[in-house]
Amino acid sequence: MKKSVFLGTLAVAGVAAGFASAQTLGDVQERGTLNCGVSTGLTGFSSADANGVWQGFDVAYCRAVAAAVLGDADAVSFTPTTGQTRFTALASGEIDILARNTTWTFSRDVDLSFEFVGVNYYDGQGFMVPRELGVSSALELDGATVCIQTGTTTELNLADFFSGNNMSYEPVPVETNAEAQQQYLAGACDVYTTDASGLAATRATFEDPSAHVVLPEIISKEPLGPLVRHGDNEWADIARWTLNALIAAEELGVTSANAGEIGGTTENPEIGRLLGTEGNLGEMLGLDADWAARAIAASGNYAEIFEGNIGESTPIGIARGLNAQWTDGGLLYAPPFR
Amino acid sequence: MATLSDPPQKSFHISQLIYDTRYRSTTIQVIAFILIMAGIWWLASNVVTNLATLGKDFDFSFLGNRAGYDINQMLIEYSNDSTHARAALVGILNTLLVAFLGCVTATIIGVTAGVLRLSKNWIVGRLMTVYVEGFRNIPLLLWIIVIFAVMTEATPQPRDFRGEDAEASMILWDSVAITNRGIFMPSPEWGANSMLLVAIFLASIVGIFVYRSMARKKQEQTGVQSPVFLVGLALFFIPTLIAYFILGRPVTLNYPELGGFNFSGGLQLRNSLIALWIALSLYTGAFIAEIVRAGILAVNKGQTEAASALGLRPNRTMNLVVLPQALRVIIPPLISQYLNLTKNSSLAIAVGYMDVRATLGGITINQTGRELEGMLLLGLFYLVTSLVISGGMNLYNNSVKLQER
Repeated sequence: MKKSVFLGTLAVAGVAAGFASAQTLGDVQERGTLNCGVSTGLTGFSSADANGVWQGFDVAYCRAVAAAVLGDADAVSFTPTTGQTRFTALASGEIDILARNTTWTFSRDVDLSFEFVGVNYYDGQGFMVPRELGVSSALELDGATVCIQTGTTTELNLADFFSGNNMSYEPVPVETNAEAQQQYLAGACDVYTTDASGLAATRATFEDPSAHVVLPEIISKEPLGPLVRHGDNEWADIARWTLNALIAAEELGVTSANAGEIGGTTENPEIGRLLGTEGNLGEMLGLDADWAARAIAASGNYAEIFEGNIGESTPIGIARGLNAQWTDGGLLYAPPFR
Repeated sequence: MATLSDPPQKSFHISQLIYDTRYRSTTIQVIAFILIMAGIWWLASNVVTNLATLGKDFDFSFLGNRAGYDINQMLIEYSNDSTHARAALVGILNTLLVAFLGCVTATIIGVTAGVLRLSKNWIVGRLMTVYVEGFRNIPLLLWIIVIFAVMTEATPQPRDFRGEDAEASMILWDSVAITNRGIFMPSPEWGANSMLLVAIFLASIVGIFVYRSMARKKQEQTGVQSPVFLVGLALFFIPTLIAYFILGRPVTLNYPELGGFNFSGGLQLRNSLIALWIALSLYTGAFIAEIVRAGILAVNKGQTEAASALGLRPNRTMNLVVLPQALRVIIPPLISQYLNLTKNSSLAIAVGYMDVRATLGGITINQTGRELEGMLLLGLFYLVTSLVISGGMNLYNNSVKLQER
């Protein structure tokens, strides 16, 4: 009896000791797989397809990082996280990187001690209601019952929006997008609110998407981006510059098709530096020279990833909007590879 | 002549700590204690180092910050401008509410099912067996979700009540609406003289107890039985009803009305509360039924036969002879069931019921990133609640257990 108590204590202590991690890059390379936290299932952003293979906008970023670090875009183990478990999973070292529609906020960056490596999707919070309710503006929602994922920034924005406009509402807290969808379709709530991209993705999976309207009001700024633990700057650099490489690749015309050979033939020195045929950027990151070429070849540049998963040709049908390149009037702007 | 002398007094050797049975158990305990303390110390220092590595400190001041989120069911005043501590309190009260409701109904269901399972009527006995085995052997979480899903999917939406030829209508003279957001029912509106009415009601309750003890005394002295139940029933209703009309109907009912998106006014019993309450009651009730059955079977059959020989009818035999003796067996495991029910209420998260696990242990932790502090507080709350329930029930146990001299 006493022995088992003691052994149990040792086991618990061993687990507790495990999360004091320092060098994530070394851990990932030693393990041979990247542990990536994604959402539990949001079509277009991250969801497992019929064969159990994860697909989506956030998933593609994870694959790009895995390709850059390990040379294999499939060497990713995906961990589905809910709004409530995501930060604990990252802080405890269960995942190396979190790519899950997470809003970059001050307190998450500073107080929760995470490092946002950039923005991969500029979003804002919206509302979706059934068309038959006849609501055309979020300002008509006084007294409505609202489904909301708990532990999110949208939950706080919602409270601010309704009290700011002197309206009342009744929150129905749910854990995951799937649960919210079920409650919303059953009519247990009049309104579903989350990031506009999430609404579009959710609506695309409905039997009759046209029976639901996304209201015009966008009530918040939601810069969504991947994040890593604070304190491991080498790893944060890899995550940040992989994202920048995908964005810069679109701007420079590098695609998954030509990422392999364009580096050797290009006249443009920045493409050469990006793809590792010139300079030693890869070495500075602690990776080999063609890290970015591999990342881009994995699922394409930013435009390819966007159009392939959530763009206008997909059922989700999101226009580039704010997420266009800065040269096209959007907000995407990768710092120079120099 | 042989002289008998005392055997030589052996001096104490260190090895005796291991080989001498007198000392060995103490030695093992001391060593185990030291190892456990060392383990705990090591864990604690690990936590401190790891928190420092992550750049986090250990601080409870987040409890005083603005919570910023809304809670749909609150027994006390709360808004998103209140503090995290207040949100935790709202959650605590919600937990206690569902735990209290659950314990009461689980006891009623459990005692009934336990007694009926021993029924000689084949159908009744088998039905109770099906109930007990069905609920005992399927995880509680499934029951919560099943009941919640049925209530959400099978009931009409508030908007179905609208219009001339509405698809759904309110029941009980248009006063109660069963919707997929919960049950809306009239709530009392306390008017001018309502406190007087409440006082009269309380007085008549006291009256029932006084009458009962008088009746018991009379029975002990003269053997004459008084109609306790009927008089009690009359005392319960009649004085309050008379006073209600004399005082000019001080208490009126506030009926729920369909307005805007939803019913407003009246009292709303949310589906999440109902689902959790029913599931907890039925699940724990099945365990209590088994405890009650075991308690009744533990009472010697001769007691029943003796009671029958005295001419007691079966229900009086059960109430006056068997159950009081069975209680001694029933109470201790029943305490565990109450504790289980209270702790199981944390499964509320499955249906979005805002208990303390959802407010303090969920949203607050998520918004502030204070996992360790939040979980410690949550653990402390459940520990204290459990100890209070257990302490209270043990007092009751002492009062019913066999008095030995």
